[in-house]
Amino acid sequence: MVDKVELARKFIEAIPHAKALGMRLTDIGAGNAQIEMAYDKKLVGDPKTGVVHGGAVSAMMDTCCGAAVMSHPSAPGGTATIDLRIDYMRAATPGQTIRTSATCYHITRSVAFVRATATDDDADRPVATASGAFTVERR
Amino acid sequence: MSRPRPEPIQVVKQRRDAALKALVEGVPYIRFLGIEFERRGDELTALLNFDDKLIGNPFLPAIHGGVTAAFLETTMIITLSWAYLWPDIESGAFDPEKMGAEDLPRLPKTINFTVDYLRSGLPRDAYARATVSRSGRRYASMRVEAWQDNRDKLFAQAAGHFLMPPRDAPDNG
Repeated sequence: MVDKVELARKFIEAIPHAKALGMRLTDIGAGNAQIEMAYDKKLVGDPKTGVVHGGAVSAMMDTCCGAAVMSHPSAPGGTATIDLRIDYMRAATPGQTIRTSATCYHITRSVAFVRATATDDDADRPVATASGAFTVERR
Repeated sequence: MSRPRPEPIQVVKQRRDAALKALVEGVPYIRFLGIEFERRGDELTALLNFDDKLIGNPFLPAIHGGVTAAFLETTMIITLSWAYLWPDIESGAFDPEKMGAEDLPRLPKTINFTVDYLRSGLPRDAYARATVSRSGRRYASMRVEAWQDNRDKLFAQAAGHFLMPPRDAPDNG
Protein backbone atom coordinates (compact mmCIF):
# COMPACT_ATOMS: atom_id res chain seq x y z
CA MET A 1 0.00 0.00 0.00
CA VAL A 2 2.77 2.42 0.99
CA ASP A 3 4.56 1.72 -2.28
CA LYS A 4 1.57 2.81 -4.31
CA VAL A 5 1.22 6.10 -2.40
CA GLU A 6 4.91 6.81 -2.90
CA LEU A 7 4.58 5.89 -6.57
CA ALA A 8 1.65 8.29 -6.99
CA ARG A 9 3.56 11.14 -5.36
CA LYS A 10 6.59 10.54 -7.61
CA PHE A 11 4.30 10.23 -10.64
CA ILE A 12 2.54 13.53 -9.90
CA GLU A 13 5.73 15.42 -9.20
CA ALA A 14 7.30 14.12 -12.42
CA ILE A 15 4.53 15.64 -14.57
CA PRO A 16 6.11 18.47 -16.59
CA HIS A 17 2.94 20.59 -16.56
CA ALA A 18 2.42 20.14 -12.81
CA LYS A 19 6.00 21.35 -12.37
CA ALA A 20 5.47 24.29 -14.75
CA LEU A 21 2.47 25.44 -12.69
CA GLY A 22 4.35 24.97 -9.39
CA MET A 23 1.98 22.30 -8.03
CA ARG A 24 2.90 20.61 -4.75
CA LEU A 25 1.29 17.39 -3.56
CA THR A 26 0.69 17.93 0.17
CA ASP A 27 -1.31 14.81 1.05
CA ILE A 28 -2.31 11.58 -0.66
CA GLY A 29 -3.77 8.20 0.27
CA ALA A 30 -6.89 6.00 0.33
CA GLY A 31 -8.60 7.78 -2.57
CA ASN A 32 -7.87 11.32 -1.32
CA ALA A 33 -5.36 13.87 -2.57
CA GLN A 34 -4.44 17.48 -1.80
CA ILE A 35 -2.47 19.82 -4.02
CA GLU A 36 -1.27 23.40 -3.47
CA MET A 37 -0.39 25.98 -6.10
CA ALA A 38 1.32 29.24 -5.09
CA TYR A 39 0.26 32.53 -6.68
CA ASP A 40 2.34 33.38 -9.75
CA LYS A 41 2.04 36.36 -12.14
CA LYS A 42 2.34 34.08 -15.20
CA LEU A 43 -0.97 32.42 -14.23
CA VAL A 44 -2.95 35.68 -14.28
CA GLY A 45 -6.07 35.69 -16.45
CA ASP A 46 -7.26 39.24 -15.77
CA PRO A 47 -4.43 41.79 -15.88
CA LYS A 48 -6.72 44.47 -14.45
CA THR A 49 -7.27 42.64 -11.15
CA GLY A 50 -4.40 40.11 -11.08
CA VAL A 51 -6.85 37.22 -10.64
CA VAL A 52 -5.51 33.76 -11.61
CA HIS A 53 -6.96 32.31 -14.86
CA GLY A 54 -9.67 29.67 -14.45
CA GLY A 55 -7.62 27.38 -16.70
CA ALA A 56 -4.83 27.12 -14.11
CA VAL A 57 -7.42 26.12 -11.51
CA SER A 58 -8.81 23.52 -13.97
CA ALA A 59 -5.34 22.04 -14.53
CA MET A 60 -4.90 21.74 -10.78
CA MET A 61 -8.34 20.11 -10.37
CA ASP A 62 -7.59 17.57 -13.10
CA THR A 63 -4.22 16.64 -11.58
CA CYS A 64 -5.66 16.37 -8.07
CA CYS A 65 -8.59 14.19 -9.22
CA GLY A 66 -6.18 11.89 -11.11
CA ALA A 67 -3.98 11.60 -8.01
CA ALA A 68 -7.01 10.71 -5.86
CA VAL A 69 -7.92 7.89 -8.27
CA MET A 70 -4.39 6.47 -8.32
CA SER A 71 -4.24 6.46 -4.52
CA HIS A 72 -7.49 4.49 -4.18
CA PRO A 73 -6.89 0.98 -2.75
CA SER A 74 -8.94 -0.58 -5.60
CA ALA A 75 -7.09 1.21 -8.43
CA PRO A 76 -4.52 -1.14 -9.95
CA GLY A 77 -2.50 1.45 -11.86
CA GLY A 78 -2.71 4.61 -13.93
CA THR A 79 -5.73 6.67 -14.95
CA ALA A 80 -6.94 9.13 -17.58
CA THR A 81 -9.74 11.69 -17.51
CA ILE A 82 -12.97 10.66 -19.28
CA ASP A 83 -14.80 13.86 -18.43
CA LEU A 84 -14.49 16.71 -15.97
CA ARG A 85 -16.98 19.42 -15.06
CA ILE A 86 -15.79 22.56 -13.32
CA ASP A 87 -17.97 25.17 -11.62
CA TYR A 88 -16.49 28.55 -10.71
CA MET A 89 -17.96 30.12 -7.57
CA ARG A 90 -15.77 33.19 -7.27
CA ALA A 91 -12.39 34.67 -8.25
CA ALA A 92 -9.42 33.43 -6.18
CA THR A 93 -7.95 36.33 -4.16
CA PRO A 94 -4.77 37.57 -5.94
CA GLY A 95 -1.58 36.74 -4.05
CA GLN A 96 -3.01 33.75 -2.18
CA THR A 97 -2.09 30.07 -2.55
CA ILE A 98 -4.86 27.88 -4.02
CA ARG A 99 -5.48 24.47 -2.39
CA THR A 100 -7.42 21.66 -4.00
CA SER A 101 -8.64 18.54 -2.30
CA ALA A 102 -10.10 15.63 -4.29
CA THR A 103 -11.92 12.44 -3.26
CA CYS A 104 -12.46 9.32 -5.31
CA TYR A 105 -15.86 8.44 -3.79
CA HIS A 106 -16.68 5.41 -5.93
CA ILE A 107 -14.72 3.07 -8.15
CA THR A 108 -15.71 0.16 -10.41
CA ARG A 109 -13.47 -2.14 -12.46
CA SER A 110 -13.42 0.40 -15.31
CA VAL A 111 -14.54 3.82 -14.01
CA ALA A 112 -13.58 6.00 -11.03
CA PHE A 113 -15.87 8.84 -9.85
CA VAL A 114 -14.22 11.86 -8.29
CA ARG A 115 -15.11 15.26 -6.86
CA ALA A 116 -12.87 18.13 -5.83
CA THR A 117 -13.00 21.56 -4.19
CA ALA A 118 -10.54 24.45 -4.54
CA THR A 119 -10.18 27.22 -1.95
CA ASP A 120 -7.82 30.08 -1.11
CA ASP A 121 -7.08 31.46 2.41
CA ASP A 122 -10.82 31.88 3.00
CA ALA A 123 -11.39 28.11 3.19
CA ASP A 124 -15.13 28.38 3.94
CA ARG A 125 -15.99 29.88 0.56
CA PRO A 126 -14.96 27.60 -2.32
CA VAL A 127 -13.31 29.14 -5.38
CA ALA A 128 -14.36 26.24 -7.61
CA THR A 129 -15.68 22.69 -7.48
CA ALA A 130 -15.20 19.84 -9.93
CA SER A 131 -16.64 16.42 -10.58
CA GLY A 132 -15.51 13.88 -13.11
CA ALA A 133 -15.16 10.31 -14.29
CA PHE A 134 -11.75 8.72 -14.82
CA THR A 135 -10.59 5.49 -16.44
CA VAL A 136 -9.27 2.62 -14.33
CA GLU A 137 -6.30 1.20 -16.23
CA ARG A 138 -5.70 -2.51 -15.88
CA ARG A 139 -2.23 -3.64 -15.20
CA MET B 1 -30.14 56.60 -52.25
CA SER B 2 -26.58 55.46 -52.89
CA ARG B 3 -24.91 53.36 -50.22
CA PRO B 4 -21.74 54.73 -48.62
CA ARG B 5 -18.45 53.71 -50.18
CA PRO B 6 -16.99 50.64 -48.38
CA GLU B 7 -13.92 51.25 -46.23
CA PRO B 8 -10.56 50.22 -47.73
CA ILE B 9 -9.69 46.60 -46.89
CA GLN B 10 -6.49 47.56 -45.02
CA VAL B 11 -8.43 49.80 -42.65
CA VAL B 12 -10.97 47.07 -41.84
CA LYS B 13 -8.30 44.37 -41.37
CA GLN B 14 -6.10 46.60 -39.27
CA ARG B 15 -8.97 47.45 -36.92
CA ARG B 16 -10.11 43.83 -36.51
CA ASP B 17 -6.58 42.50 -35.96
CA ALA B 18 -5.80 45.23 -33.43
CA ALA B 19 -9.00 44.40 -31.52
CA LEU B 20 -8.13 40.67 -31.44
CA LYS B 21 -4.59 41.44 -30.30
CA ALA B 22 -5.90 43.66 -27.48
CA LEU B 23 -8.16 40.82 -26.28
CA VAL B 24 -5.48 38.10 -26.32
CA GLU B 25 -2.07 39.62 -25.74
CA GLY B 26 -2.69 41.23 -22.37
CA VAL B 27 -3.41 37.90 -20.65
CA PRO B 28 -0.28 36.35 -19.05
CA TYR B 29 -1.78 32.84 -18.77
CA ILE B 30 -2.63 32.71 -22.51
CA ARG B 31 1.00 33.60 -23.25
CA PHE B 32 2.25 31.03 -20.70
CA LEU B 33 0.33 28.23 -22.47
CA GLY B 34 1.39 29.48 -25.93
CA ILE B 35 -2.12 29.99 -27.31
CA GLU B 36 -2.64 32.17 -30.40
CA PHE B 37 -5.74 33.10 -32.39
CA GLU B 38 -6.10 33.19 -36.16
CA ARG B 39 -8.89 35.18 -37.77
CA ARG B 40 -10.80 34.86 -41.05
CA GLY B 41 -13.54 37.48 -41.13
CA ASP B 42 -15.21 37.03 -37.78
CA GLU B 43 -14.26 33.34 -37.47
CA LEU B 44 -11.56 32.55 -34.93
CA THR B 45 -9.36 29.45 -34.68
CA ALA B 46 -7.29 28.94 -31.55
CA LEU B 47 -3.83 27.40 -31.87
CA LEU B 48 -2.01 25.69 -28.99
CA ASN B 49 1.70 25.63 -29.81
CA PHE B 50 3.16 22.41 -28.42
CA ASP B 51 5.81 22.70 -25.73
CA ASP B 52 7.31 20.13 -23.33
CA LYS B 53 5.90 21.95 -20.33
CA LEU B 54 2.35 21.06 -21.52
CA ILE B 55 2.94 17.33 -21.00
CA GLY B 56 0.83 15.54 -18.42
CA ASN B 57 1.93 11.96 -19.01
CA PRO B 58 5.66 11.74 -19.77
CA PHE B 59 5.49 7.99 -20.58
CA LEU B 60 3.05 8.18 -23.52
CA PRO B 61 3.74 11.21 -23.87
CA ALA B 62 0.45 13.14 -23.85
CA ILE B 63 -0.76 16.69 -23.28
CA HIS B 64 -1.99 17.33 -19.71
CA GLY B 65 -5.78 17.10 -19.35
CA GLY B 66 -5.69 20.40 -17.48
CA VAL B 67 -3.95 22.06 -20.45
CA THR B 68 -6.67 20.73 -22.74
CA ALA B 69 -9.36 22.08 -20.37
CA ALA B 70 -7.62 25.47 -20.17
CA PHE B 71 -7.18 25.59 -23.98
CA LEU B 72 -10.89 24.86 -24.55
CA GLU B 73 -11.99 27.36 -21.89
CA THR B 74 -9.74 30.09 -23.32
CA THR B 75 -11.06 29.41 -26.82
CA MET B 76 -14.65 29.72 -25.60
CA ILE B 77 -14.13 32.90 -23.60
CA ILE B 78 -12.13 34.71 -26.31
CA THR B 79 -14.62 33.65 -29.01
CA LEU B 80 -17.53 34.83 -26.85
CA SER B 81 -15.81 38.13 -26.00
CA TRP B 82 -15.01 38.59 -29.68
CA ALA B 83 -18.65 37.99 -30.70
CA TYR B 84 -19.80 40.33 -27.92
CA LEU B 85 -17.45 43.12 -29.04
CA TRP B 86 -17.85 42.56 -32.80
CA PRO B 87 -20.56 45.23 -33.41
CA ASP B 88 -18.44 47.82 -31.59
CA ILE B 89 -15.30 46.76 -33.49
CA GLU B 90 -17.14 47.16 -36.80
CA SER B 91 -18.67 50.52 -35.88
CA GLY B 92 -15.35 51.78 -34.56
CA ALA B 93 -16.78 52.35 -31.04
CA PHE B 94 -14.21 49.85 -29.70
CA ASP B 95 -10.84 51.29 -30.64
CA PRO B 96 -7.91 49.35 -29.13
CA GLU B 97 -5.47 51.97 -30.45
CA LYS B 98 -6.85 54.43 -27.95
CA MET B 99 -6.86 52.08 -24.94
CA GLY B 100 -4.27 50.23 -22.88
CA ALA B 101 -4.66 46.74 -21.39
CA GLU B 102 -6.17 48.45 -18.35
CA ASP B 103 -9.07 50.03 -20.24
CA LEU B 104 -10.46 46.90 -21.92
CA PRO B 105 -14.22 46.57 -21.56
CA ARG B 106 -15.59 44.07 -19.04
CA LEU B 107 -15.69 40.58 -20.52
CA PRO B 108 -17.83 37.46 -19.92
CA LYS B 109 -16.95 35.20 -16.98
CA THR B 110 -17.02 31.38 -16.88
CA ILE B 111 -19.81 29.89 -14.76
CA ASN B 112 -18.97 26.26 -15.57
CA PHE B 113 -17.89 23.93 -18.31
CA THR B 114 -17.66 20.20 -19.00
CA VAL B 115 -14.79 18.69 -20.96
CA ASP B 116 -15.01 15.34 -22.74
CA TYR B 117 -11.63 13.72 -23.38
CA LEU B 118 -11.99 11.69 -26.56
CA ARG B 119 -8.37 10.75 -27.36
CA SER B 120 -5.07 11.46 -25.66
CA GLY B 121 -3.55 14.76 -26.79
CA LEU B 122 -0.45 13.99 -28.86
CA PRO B 123 2.78 15.96 -28.37
CA ARG B 124 2.10 18.36 -31.25
CA ASP B 125 0.08 21.51 -32.03
CA ALA B 126 -3.67 21.54 -31.37
CA TYR B 127 -6.49 23.64 -32.80
CA ALA B 128 -9.93 24.60 -31.50
CA ARG B 129 -13.02 26.43 -32.68
CA ALA B 130 -15.92 27.51 -30.48
CA THR B 131 -19.48 28.43 -31.38
CA VAL B 132 -21.97 30.48 -29.43
CA SER B 133 -25.08 28.29 -29.02
CA ARG B 134 -27.00 31.09 -27.38
CA SER B 135 -26.03 34.50 -26.10
CA GLY B 136 -28.60 36.32 -24.00
CA ARG B 137 -28.52 39.46 -21.92
CA ARG B 138 -27.20 37.70 -18.80
CA TYR B 139 -26.05 34.21 -19.81
CA ALA B 140 -24.41 32.54 -22.79
CA SER B 141 -23.98 28.86 -23.76
CA MET B 142 -21.09 27.68 -25.90
CA ARG B 143 -19.60 24.59 -27.48
CA VAL B 144 -16.03 23.98 -28.56
CA GLU B 145 -14.15 21.29 -30.47
CA ALA B 146 -10.42 20.60 -30.50
CA TRP B 147 -8.37 18.52 -32.91
CA GLN B 148 -4.78 17.90 -33.92
CA ASP B 149 -3.81 16.36 -37.25
CA ASN B 150 -7.29 15.55 -38.57
CA ARG B 151 -10.15 18.02 -38.37
CA ASP B 152 -12.61 15.09 -38.16
CA LYS B 153 -10.82 13.33 -35.30
CA LEU B 154 -11.53 15.45 -32.24
CA PHE B 155 -9.34 14.81 -29.22
CA ALA B 156 -11.56 16.86 -26.90
CA GLN B 157 -14.82 18.77 -26.85
CA ALA B 158 -16.49 20.94 -24.23
CA ALA B 159 -19.66 22.87 -23.47
CA GLY B 160 -19.86 25.79 -21.07
CA HIS B 161 -22.00 28.51 -19.54
CA PHE B 162 -20.90 32.11 -19.15
CA LEU B 163 -22.06 35.20 -17.29
CA MET B 164 -22.30 38.22 -19.58
CA PRO B 165 -20.91 41.55 -18.34
CA PRO B 166 -23.52 43.97 -16.96
CA ARG B 167 -24.55 46.49 -19.59
CA ASP B 168 -25.06 50.15 -18.82
CA ALA B 169 -28.74 49.63 -18.10
CA PRO B 170 -31.07 52.52 -18.83
CA ASP B 171 -32.24 54.18 -15.63
CA ASN B 172 -35.78 52.95 -14.99
CA GLY B 173 -36.28 55.10 -11.88
